[in-house]
Amino acid sequence: MATLSVCRPPVGGFSFENCKRNAVLENEVSKLGCNLPAARKTGTTICGVVFKDGIVLGADTRATEGMVVADKNCSKIHYISPNIYCCGAGTAADTEMTTQIISSNLELHSLSTGRLPRVATANRMLKQMLFRYQGYIGAALVLGGVDCMGPHLYSIYPHGSTDKLPYVTMGSGSLAAMAVFEDRYKPDMEEEEAKQLVRDAIAAGIFNDLGSGSNVDLCVIMKGKVDYLRPHDEANKKGVRTGEYKYKRGTTGVLSKTVTPLDLDVVEETVQTMDTS
Amino acid sequence: MEKHYADSQTKGVSTGTTILAVTFDGGVIIGSDSRASIGGEYVSSKTINKLIQLHDQIFCCIAGSLADAQAITKAAKFHLSFHSVQMENPPLVMAAASVLKELCYKNKEELQAGFITAGWDRKKGPQVYVVSLGGMLISQPFTIAGSGSTFIYGYTDAKYKPNMTREECQQFAINALTLAMGRDNVSGGVVHLVVITEKGVEHVVVPGDKLPKFHDE
Repeated sequence: MATLSVCRPPVGGFSFENCKRNAVLENEVSKLGCNLPAARKTGTTICGVVFKDGIVLGADTRATEGMVVADKNCSKIHYISPNIYCCGAGTAADTEMTTQIISSNLELHSLSTGRLPRVATANRMLKQMLFRYQGYIGAALVLGGVDCMGPHLYSIYPHGSTDKLPYVTMGSGSLAAMAVFEDRYKPDMEEEEAKQLVRDAIAAGIFNDLGSGSNVDLCVIMKGKVDYLRPHDEANKKGVRTGEYKYKRGTTGVLSKTVTPLDLDVVEETVQTMDTS
Repeated sequence: MEKHYADSQTKGVSTGTTILAVTFDGGVIIGSDSRASIGGEYVSSKTINKLIQLHDQIFCCIAGSLADAQAITKAAKFHLSFHSVQMENPPLVMAAASVLKELCYKNKEELQAGFITAGWDRKKGPQVYVVSLGGMLISQPFTIAGSGSTFIYGYTDAKYKPNMTREECQQFAINALTLAMGRDNVSGGVVHLVVITEKGVEHVVVPGDKLPKFHDE
């Protein structure tokens, strides 16, 4: 007797059924007029450039939660290994955790091989993890570092594709920053020239993109040396108030004053020692 | 064939593309453009190489979601090198195409990538295989794929001749890619060609300003 339907054997890998359910629920909730809380994103400008002796990575410092700035000075350049750093755009939690996980794994790997880790290794680990999650981890990264084979710069997209290029930008302000790069990038720049170029590219993102703002952070990676410049340029200082808005004592007239003392007796006294060592 | 995916939503960075492979007398030429785009609006890379070397004399070119294509080709490269060590012989082009087909067919729900495999082996000489989105595998003397291919079906059908010389075939490939890049917004950049013969592999890059002009104002 033939079966009416073929039983599908259990397929390996993750099941993303709940993601589809969540999308349907979100649609129905928005029809009622309310919104589900938005995850904090780093609507961002991040970029990186290869220069003569190494890599310059740059990032702005604004973290947004919907239309509100959640953090005016957050750090988007994450440590991966002593010679490799990674800028993250997208969902703040995803970039934080992804870079921390890969940093731990890379340290174990480096202890196991006995060598300084290579940028290509970090790239391969990040892309394999992001591909496994099929783009549901919203992390767009600019990975840069100097290893035994020289300076390398990669851009890694949330779905797991990577590009190895001499200059990359990511985030909501990437178009503004890329415009600056396309105009002024030259191969084999000096360190000061490269820092100025990256600073200008991030500034373009800060001033022309709503999701980016505050200061410019830079990270210069060379063979044997890393300069983590935070902040490199305070592009947006908080203004100083010119007027005094406090009222003088006595501006409001007192009409009457009543004092009522409260009689309180100590009923019970207990002492609890705390272990503060 | 590939038009279905060009109209549907591809995820993340996609290689909306033009790729082709043509056999000639003594070898095969595989070629592509070099543009990767996001959502058909932003060019995320102008210089991406879509011709991946799977083995010494077997290349494949990729179309569709870049993340899926990179993951599949890396897995296929590993499979093929393992297979060739086991067989103690360089792999057949059919074997490379089958590996890609297995990966595409078994995971057709999740993946969105198509391939053209071309190469030379001792058993059948120069061959071209196309593995489409759902995992269909067929062999053809020449084939075009990608979103830009729709604009050059007429040109390639009219101009292809069996057993061309290497120079004729190279010119045919360059012309076809130029015409497609001229009309398709998600194809562009430079033309990458790889010429595979019994003797070996040669990579030819034709930058934008050296491409032939067809009534361009």
